[in-house]
Amino acid sequence: MDIFLQQIVNGLVQGSIYALVALGYTMVYGIMGLINFAHGEVVMIGTLVTITVAGSLIKAGMPVALAGLAGLSASVLVCMALGWGLERIAYRPLRNAPRLTPLITAIGMSIVLQNLAMMIWGRNYLTFPALLPKINFEVAGAHFTFIQVVIVLVSAATMGGLLALIYRTKLGMAMRATAQNPAVASLMGVNINRVIAAAFVIGSALGALAGVMVGTYYEIAHYQMGFMLGLKAFTAAVLGGIGNLAGAMLGGLLLGLIEALGAGYIGDLTGGFLGSHYQDIFAFIVLIVVLMFKPSGLFGEKTGDRA
Amino acid sequence: MRTKLSVVALSVVAAFALSACGQKEEPKPVATPATPIGKPEVVVKLGHVAPMTGPQAHLGKDNENGARLAIEELNAKGMEIGGAKVKFELLAEDDAADPKQGAIVAQKLVDAKVNGVIGHLNSGTTIPASKLYADAGIPQISGSATNPKYTQQGFATAFRVMANDVQQGKVLGEFAVKQGIKTVAIVDDRTAYGQGLADEFKKAAEASGLKVVATEYTNDKATDFKAILTKIKSTKAELVFFGGMDAQGGPMAKQMKELGIKAKFLGGDGVCTPEFMKLGGEASEGNFCSLPGMPLEKLAKGPEFRDKFTKKFNAEIQLYAPYVYDAVMVMADSMKRADSVEPAKFLPAIGQTRYDGVTALIEFDSVGDLKGGAISIYQYKSGKLEYVETLGGSAVDSAKAEVKEAVAEVKEAAQAVAGAATAVGKEVAAEAKDVAKSAAEAGKDAVKAGAEAVKNAAEATKAAVEKK
Repeated sequence: MDIFLQQIVNGLVQGSIYALVALGYTMVYGIMGLINFAHGEVVMIGTLVTITVAGSLIKAGMPVALAGLAGLSASVLVCMALGWGLERIAYRPLRNAPRLTPLITAIGMSIVLQNLAMMIWGRNYLTFPALLPKINFEVAGAHFTFIQVVIVLVSAATMGGLLALIYRTKLGMAMRATAQNPAVASLMGVNINRVIAAAFVIGSALGALAGVMVGTYYEIAHYQMGFMLGLKAFTAAVLGGIGNLAGAMLGGLLLGLIEALGAGYIGDLTGGFLGSHYQDIFAFIVLIVVLMFKPSGLFGEKTGDRA
Repeated sequence: MRTKLSVVALSVVAAFALSACGQKEEPKPVATPATPIGKPEVVVKLGHVAPMTGPQAHLGKDNENGARLAIEELNAKGMEIGGAKVKFELLAEDDAADPKQGAIVAQKLVDAKVNGVIGHLNSGTTIPASKLYADAGIPQISGSATNPKYTQQGFATAFRVMANDVQQGKVLGEFAVKQGIKTVAIVDDRTAYGQGLADEFKKAAEASGLKVVATEYTNDKATDFKAILTKIKSTKAELVFFGGMDAQGGPMAKQMKELGIKAKFLGGDGVCTPEFMKLGGEASEGNFCSLPGMPLEKLAKGPEFRDKFTKKFNAEIQLYAPYVYDAVMVMADSMKRADSVEPAKFLPAIGQTRYDGVTALIEFDSVGDLKGGAISIYQYKSGKLEYVETLGGSAVDSAKAEVKEAVAEVKEAAQAVAGAATAVGKEVAAEAKDVAKSAAEAGKDAVKAGAEAVKNAAEATKAAVEKK
């Protein structure tokens, strides 16, 4: 039983990380129907900037908490600028282009950012400074750390904050209007350029936050860390219904849990025929089944053929 | 709109250009050397393949640096082969540790008509690529592919300057038993290297009485191992053996600690790196790993090599650089001895190599494996890899195996003889006593001969041990 509980904890934390990254995907998709494949790389840059800033500040003798905060703010700022730049340079000129064109550009941007990061930070693995105290808890035989608790709380709070932003503020209203119909929204006096840029900037800030969380959790970073993470988070967003914030959160948690339980029990369930390296099979079987019966994802709304 | 589109097009082009230049550092095309009037110059192209991108890029760069150092030294020294001055040139390729890309770049090197290939780094890329090189008759020496399959495919072109995983797995299994471990969980990363090493370890561990209580798998890009480690925790294994690389091993050791797993961690050459300790932090402390060969400090030319390397590249040796360096030197040495840079001509010379390299006295056996490869055990201690002991070495092993075989043969012969004798004795009555007697005598002779064989083999063992 304690093993089962431990797997649930593993899955929840992993799922919260997926959810945090998935929120960035889903936010941009919800507003402009674009899958920003470079989002995983934004997360990666967020992690690496924090390493550089917080790491050097700690070395210079600054208290860890303060240095961590400085690192977080620096990475949020850098990623916001990056998100704005991506939109301005790569996506805005293609806003009226066929749907595939921005998709390819997004993949191209992802490659550019990876290689840029490789040039700046090198090929080696970097160790992330220990920003949060290492406290271990044990409840009913399941071990978890303070960092894991923080990750789950941060991603829940982020989703709450985003929901409030979308449904309670003027900017949120403008975003929803743009999502429904950009042309009409602009006729109503919504500056859609600004709204879309805001979506990118906010999404990238979330990416930076996710990056710091991932870094604190695993304590390693690498210029290619964003790729797999981005892909999994994208899967989570699709599972929950891309474009839907609550869906991204739940999709992330679900994916994390399926993976952990899959890896933990696949061997027992198949009598040793399939090993734990088939853990992804479960995740993707669930994804396929969900998409077969609900093509827009678990919580996705039916969208017309807009693009 | 049109101008805007062109901006995007430009940025996409820039993207590809950037990615291309980031992925591989291709040597600048050297113009065909102007032949001086005095002596003709020959350019010898050596291919080098290792992952320069992806999770193992740090090891790939390390390998390439080893090759570069060797080539620069060869060129600085100036070598003459077949009456012409030879200039070595490195064609460095990136296979991203991916078997598919490994085959693609191998084909590229074949098309470029390289004289020889150094690499690849991973067994998983080396094995499929070795077929292409074998078909093209291009000699290949790997400094780091340890999966036994590589040299067992029957290719005359495949060599390695490092002990293989049969030897390494065996030493690690025996070492675990010596540490008083009784139950072990095995994790591998499903690459040719990780799986191969884990399988060999499992064989050796089970043969020496260890109980394998869990077998789990991950992949060579994973960062989260909590699910499989949780499962391992439930088996209460005393040791976790990992067949894989440092990028996974370090975080794995760390996550073991976070989950409250008290088992020890043990791994092969892939995790025996400074990077592992950096990534594993305190969790690596006190655990063990193994490396083929002897520690650089114990080798005559080791410290000198370390100095040269760190001075030139301003970086610590990660793992295989000395082996790759030796691989290049062996290739050049064979060309020199064959007095030709033609693959077909100097290939036989590689098999007859007897080269005193940085890592070992390099000689190859009939399939192209390093003769007498020793395995050293190291311990992670306060952020450093500390040498513990060197085990194995094939001379002793093979002698031991011979003794075992001889004993078994003798036993069998004796049994057969005894059986035959009693059968004969029963069937033939008193009058045929003589026949039985002679049969028994023959049996006695056979036993004697067998005993002698045992004695010989034992002597061979002793001699081999003494030689060591």
